[in-house]
Amino acid sequence: MPTYSAPVKDIKFLLHDYFNLQKLEHIPAFAEATPDLLDAILDEAAKINENVFQPLNLSGDGQGCRLEDGKVITPDGFKEAYAQYLEGGWQGMTGDVKYGGQGLPQTLGLLLNEIMVSANWGFAMYPGLTKGATESIYAWGTDEQKEKYLPKMYSAEWAGTMNLTEPHCGTDLGLLTTKAVPQDDGSYKITGTKIFISAGDHDLTENIIHLVLAKIPGGPDGVKGISLFIVPRDIINDDGSVGANNGVSCGSLEEKMGIHSNATCVMNYDEATGYLLGDKHKGMKAMFTMMNEARLGVAIQGLAIAEVAQQNAVAYANDRLQGRALTGPQNPDAKADPIMVHPDVRRMLMTNRAFIEGSRAMTVWAGILVDTTREHPDEAEREKAEELLALITPVLKSYLTDQGVEAASRALQCFGGHGYIREWGMEQFLRDSRIAPIYEGTNGIQAMDLIGRKLPANGGAAIRAYFEMVQTFIDDNKTNDALSNYMPGLEKANGRLQAASMWLMQNGMSNPNNAGAGAHYYLNLLALVTMAYFWADMAKKAHEMIAAGEGDKEFLENKLITADFFYGHMLPETAALKAKIEAGATSVMGLDAHSF
Amino acid sequence: MKILVPVKRVIDYNVKVRVKADNTGVELANVKMSMNPFDEIAVEEALRIKEAGNAEEIIVVSIGPAQAQETLRTALAMGADRAILVKTDDLVEPLAVAKILKAIVAEETPELVILGKQAIDDDCNQTGQMLAALLEWPQGTFASEVKLGEGTVNVTREVDGGLETVKLTLPAVVTADLRLNEPRYASLPNIMKAKRKPLDTKEPSDYGVDTARRLTTLKVEEPAKRASGIIVENIAELVTKLRDEAGVI
Ligand SMILES: Cc1cc2nc3c(=O)[nH]c(=O)nc-3n(C[C@H](O)[C@H](O)[C@H](O)COP(=O)(O)OP(=O)(O)OC[C@H]3O[C@@H](n4cnc5c(N)ncnc54)[C@H](O)[C@@H]3O)c2cc1C
Ligand SMILES: Cc1cc2nc3c(=O)[nH]c(=O)nc-3n(C[C@H](O)[C@H](O)[C@H](O)COP(=O)(O)OP(=O)(O)OC[C@H]3O[C@@H](n4cnc5c(N)ncnc54)[C@H](O)[C@@H]3O)c2cc1C
Repeated sequence: MPTYSAPVKDIKFLLHDYFNLQKLEHIPAFAEATPDLLDAILDEAAKINENVFQPLNLSGDGQGCRLEDGKVITPDGFKEAYAQYLEGGWQGMTGDVKYGGQGLPQTLGLLLNEIMVSANWGFAMYPGLTKGATESIYAWGTDEQKEKYLPKMYSAEWAGTMNLTEPHCGTDLGLLTTKAVPQDDGSYKITGTKIFISAGDHDLTENIIHLVLAKIPGGPDGVKGISLFIVPRDIINDDGSVGANNGVSCGSLEEKMGIHSNATCVMNYDEATGYLLGDKHKGMKAMFTMMNEARLGVAIQGLAIAEVAQQNAVAYANDRLQGRALTGPQNPDAKADPIMVHPDVRRMLMTNRAFIEGSRAMTVWAGILVDTTREHPDEAEREKAEELLALITPVLKSYLTDQGVEAASRALQCFGGHGYIREWGMEQFLRDSRIAPIYEGTNGIQAMDLIGRKLPANGGAAIRAYFEMVQTFIDDNKTNDALSNYMPGLEKANGRLQAASMWLMQNGMSNPNNAGAGAHYYLNLLALVTMAYFWADMAKKAHEMIAAGEGDKEFLENKLITADFFYGHMLPETAALKAKIEAGATSVMGLDAHSF
Repeated sequence: MKILVPVKRVIDYNVKVRVKADNTGVELANVKMSMNPFDEIAVEEALRIKEAGNAEEIIVVSIGPAQAQETLRTALAMGADRAILVKTDDLVEPLAVAKILKAIVAEETPELVILGKQAIDDDCNQTGQMLAALLEWPQGTFASEVKLGEGTVNVTREVDGGLETVKLTLPAVVTADLRLNEPRYASLPNIMKAKRKPLDTKEPSDYGVDTARRLTTLKVEEPAKRASGIIVENIAELVTKLRDEAGVI
């Protein structure tokens, strides 16, 4: 059975040493979050995830969810584990204290999200969707709505979902047909069918608060006519108690590739009473509050699955004896050496390691940006953070989830044939990982969002701020001998990114297919340059700490070796990406559709 | 009544322990440390007694380095009311710990002291017994069940032959065994509240206790590596080998 131990040491390095959250105390959420408190929270979260949620991962996958008498039953043990989650008061961690939350930084929320997804992805999605729903209600709800829903959702007594997708529309939500008919009392009657609704029904909570996109008849066509509604599964009485069903039911469960323990539901709304959330016809805007944060949450799923798969691959590689080291036996007492000695196994493990630690730094950065946009006292700082966050969100969503699949696959490969066998759990990781590039806006859509919306937004302000950040770092550290393994590589890769940006600007206008064809490559190029920036900067920190005799020397030296690996074996990919972008759309679009 | 629960900061039970290169001890630098698991059980038991309405206050105490504060905060996050850190960087032996605890008992006047039956680092299994002797209190060690009566406590003990139940008159010392209970996870709101609970810092000298070691450690070594096994042909050969080569029968 696979095992998991939360990467608390690396997280603490990022929070305390590298990003040094203490210097962010002017942001209210961080003022409370002293290092000793963060450590205590991380340690306790690690325990409950390792000991309670993780042991249900493999069994939950095997058993899956089932639909009985119109109700979804989660796998054995999930109810009890959820009760412990509720008891632990974890759901309200980042919520506003006014509604019973704990007011801790979103940065911490993202890190605990990583731990929970590593431990048990299918389980983690139930609270994850509740979090997404509360974000939208918090941002767009009236005071009355907030008071009605947030306390019960922060306490995890009620769950939440997001209902966008319909059978004929996933990416193109302008096509949706679920309708919302206004009633005299100001509420709406919601009727329609939604598909693929994660956690659409389950037996973990007393009620489920659905957020549903629907059209009010007579409104504008397309996405401009979509509104967002709060639709409780069961009617909430005036005294707050839960009453009869509100015309909301789960029609069936999807049979699917992975995340079996999370119910993916067809949801039927039959004149269900709904309440407008935010403004009429502005549903997409309201939904995007949830989507942007949810996209970061999904990005982290890529990191999380890589981490747990890697941990198991490392343990196996140290244990499995097969073949001899190329340089002569390392384990002369036995007939073979552990496969950890083989450079090809190392290639897989180091690629995963550099990806995992690099993307963890990127997600903590994104988390700090989120907290900055919400709470920084200086408006200019908030705006700058908002721009960078908007730019980096699709990059993280797409790159981390694509690479999460690759990392899970490499980890499986380290197991040889046993990776393909169920009981080792590696094939589950690979299957689970595969949803992340699809939902919450496919990765293709993330790339289009980056190129079509985020780059040109506000006259290119975000990408300019980004280049300034990287360039300043290069200028400041060019002559730092300790960073001589990195700075030339970073400068070159950054040059490629700049050249590719220019090329797209010049060639994407005249022929939009050039932009569409290069979008995915461009996103990956931007991701790699960002990761290179963080690897060089983390190496700088590691050097400084070693020189000052601070921290765990072995841990810090390993950071340097991993940084070297990233620069030598992963960053050169940027040259290929630039070439692919500049190859343009001609051959991509050349074939007639019927010729395929 | 008050309950006193001593807790020790030890190397985490998941850590693979490494012996220092100079054989003077085990490597503790940059190693994960946690509350001794038996002490967690002791804290949990105290909490259950309080939650059942049979105690008013739980005081946790740790004797160790400044970082033992984290261990005390963990106990506070579980639900203990306040903490005392007796700060020392010395390796304190069970007798000195028991003497410090005796002095704290005199100050705090608890009616029950619940300890872990042993710490997983040195496996001494002595502190509770020594404390009972110094206080001249009854002791119930290796508890798998603790039931409070009127001025008494029934302790079910895990002994070689099975279970033995003893009835102690309060005040008393109890040491917790593994099966006594399953400790809770601290909730997030309680972790945050723990930050604000009182934590007093003292030193062994405040209690007039000298923590100088009475034992000298000669050498710390890894257990010998297991040699590879051999396959024997039949029972007779096995018996011969056990007698002549292994010398165990
Ligand atoms: C397990 C699971 C859980 C889910 N959970 C939820 C949920 O909780 N709530 C919810 O509302 N939905 C959920 N979904 C739905 C998910 O968000 C959609 O599947 C996703 O948005 C893609 O939509 P689609 O399946 O209709 O694919 P399509 O939109 O048909 O896309 C098919 C392919 O075409 C590409 N494509 C489409 N349009 C464009 C374009 N304009 N430019 C470039 N490429 C394009 C896509 O990238 C994709 O590769 C879930 C799906 C699954 C499988
Ligand atoms: C579904 C399935 C069907 C199969 N069918 C058959 C069959 O019909 N007949 C049959 O005989 N076998 C069969 N196999 C076994 C399959 O061929 C082996 O699993 C495969 O050869 C790998 O061996 P292993 O599983 O022992 O992995 P290992 O040899 O333990 O390899 C583990 C990892 O270490 C790496 N590694 C090992 N040694 C070295 C080295 N010297 N240098 C670099 N890297 C190294 C490997 O590349 C791999 O990544 C099957 C396996 C499966 C899963």
